[in-house]
Amino acid sequence: MSKERIKISPDLYDIMPSDYQDLVQSATYGKEDRGWKDIGTSKELIEQHSLCAGCPESMAFRYILASLPNPEDTVMVGSTGCTSLVFPMVAVHNIHSLFGNQNAIASGLKRALSVRFPDRVKDVVVLAGDGATVDIGLDMTLQAWFRQEKFTTICFDNELYANTGGQESGLMQKGFVAKMAPVGKLFDKVRLPEIARESGCHYVVNCTVSKPSLVEKVIRNSVLIAREIGPTYIQLYTPCILEIGKNSMEGLQEMRDSEKPTERFAYKEYISEPAKQLLAELAAKDKERKAAAKQLAGKA
Amino acid sequence: MTQYRVLPGPEHFLPPAAASMGIYLPNPGEAHINGVIVPEEKAYEEAARQFLMAQVPTIFPGPLVLWAWNEKAAKKAAAVRKLYDILKECVQPGQKPMLIPMPDYRPKYPKINPEVEINPNHPNLTIWHNKIDCCMFIGVHCHQANLSLKIIRGGTSCYTVAMCAQAGHEDAMLSFRDASVEKILKLGEWIRKLKGTVKPRLTTAKTSASN
Ligand SMILES: Cc1ncc(C[n+]2csc(CCOP(=O)(O)OP(=O)(O)O)c2C)c(N)n1
Ligand code: SF4
Ligand SMILES: [Mg+2]
Repeated sequence: MSKERIKISPDLYDIMPSDYQDLVQSATYGKEDRGWKDIGTSKELIEQHSLCAGCPESMAFRYILASLPNPEDTVMVGSTGCTSLVFPMVAVHNIHSLFGNQNAIASGLKRALSVRFPDRVKDVVVLAGDGATVDIGLDMTLQAWFRQEKFTTICFDNELYANTGGQESGLMQKGFVAKMAPVGKLFDKVRLPEIARESGCHYVVNCTVSKPSLVEKVIRNSVLIAREIGPTYIQLYTPCILEIGKNSMEGLQEMRDSEKPTERFAYKEYISEPAKQLLAELAAKDKERKAAAKQLAGKA
Repeated sequence: MTQYRVLPGPEHFLPPAAASMGIYLPNPGEAHINGVIVPEEKAYEEAARQFLMAQVPTIFPGPLVLWAWNEKAAKKAAAVRKLYDILKECVQPGQKPMLIPMPDYRPKYPKINPEVEINPNHPNLTIWHNKIDCCMFIGVHCHQANLSLKIIRGGTSCYTVAMCAQAGHEDAMLSFRDASVEKILKLGEWIRKLKGTVKPRLTTAKTSASN
């Protein structure tokens, strides 16, 4: 989809619901330096959502959608879970896949898009819960990485199956008791970021979504590296406040507490050598572009 | 076995696809009314009559005309607007024509605003809310139109018309095929022609979509 084609027919403009008019007028499709700072001054690519009030997944969605470098030419692939209830409200092309199949679907999609649009950059971004990524979909997740498929996998890690009422997941902490896992988890949280690195991912980050600027940087890097080099993996702590017994306002503090240096969501990053090189090149180009723009503004 | 007919509902929760009940699509130059193939001319007359009879005759333009994908789409949109203006000009006091968009097909949760839009996954909400008793789909991709038309037939008593740009819809009560700017405007002409000759269903309780 080219953003030039997103125009409302003039004769029916007035009857279009205002959210569509706003999307056409003030969303940041096509804006080069789009990012979390656009939130509040432009139309966001997410409308209302049906997550629990205060669910950190909603913050994560907002920051991610604000940070995608190329939303008009991005297809997101989702899977069943709390996240899937949000996608109908997202103004980026998206596909809902059968639970766990998201990385297989994304592999085929990415390949088909490169055949169909050889001259266009098309990004594919998977966004799924920990159950979909690490348990039922682990085969598809890993196989896509082994094959070096060029797309980003984002996991919303809330450390359990939230949408079905709180069952144990591979990313749950050892000993944790959930509503539908009363015995307590008997083994450790699966170390998927390390597995991702060993499986061929070129950029791996494990963090929370407490800082929008950090989410922006991570999402941008992960998409740009996946586009040029190979698979990337981002694991974001989006605590299920409902399951851990927190109030709507407490999600942010929960993330801050869990990202302290000794905690399980302390910022961790791995970048492969080719990815480092690419990021350095992109940063240099960016610097050049900004300097040129500054010069131009100075002349004007 | 009696022949199935595509009639206003409420039929039941999951009405069958009309195609599976032996209803087939018209050939070029034809249309269907209730599943019976008729010459296109007859369908214009009947659609105009249904519009003029309805308490809340409504046009639902879909994404293929709401969005200006190309010049043709924008022209069709202009024709839809014209048709709506004609309808407003031809109805009698008490009738309330509406033009409600179906901007896309996302199964929007948690809710839509039925006053300003219709969604193919729960079209009944918009029909119930506005008490729509006759509607026309135009510019809706076929698979979404069929889904939606079936839901309407299942849960409401609304009369459905499809102005389809392809081969028509079995699941509408009346369907044109090969829709074009000319055909949309021709329906407008028929509405003008029948103006004042059709008695609107204004007073019977049943008109407000017996939901
Ligand atoms: C093939 C299949 N198996 C099981 C389910 C049931 N199911 C729906 S959501 C869900 C859990 C989702 O957990 P997670 O991926 O962690 O997402 P969350 O809801 O926690 O965000 C399960 C098991 C399903 N929909 N499809
Ligand atoms: S159940 Fe948990 S993860 Fe799902 S929306 Fe509610 S708080 Fe968020
Ligand atoms: Mg989960």
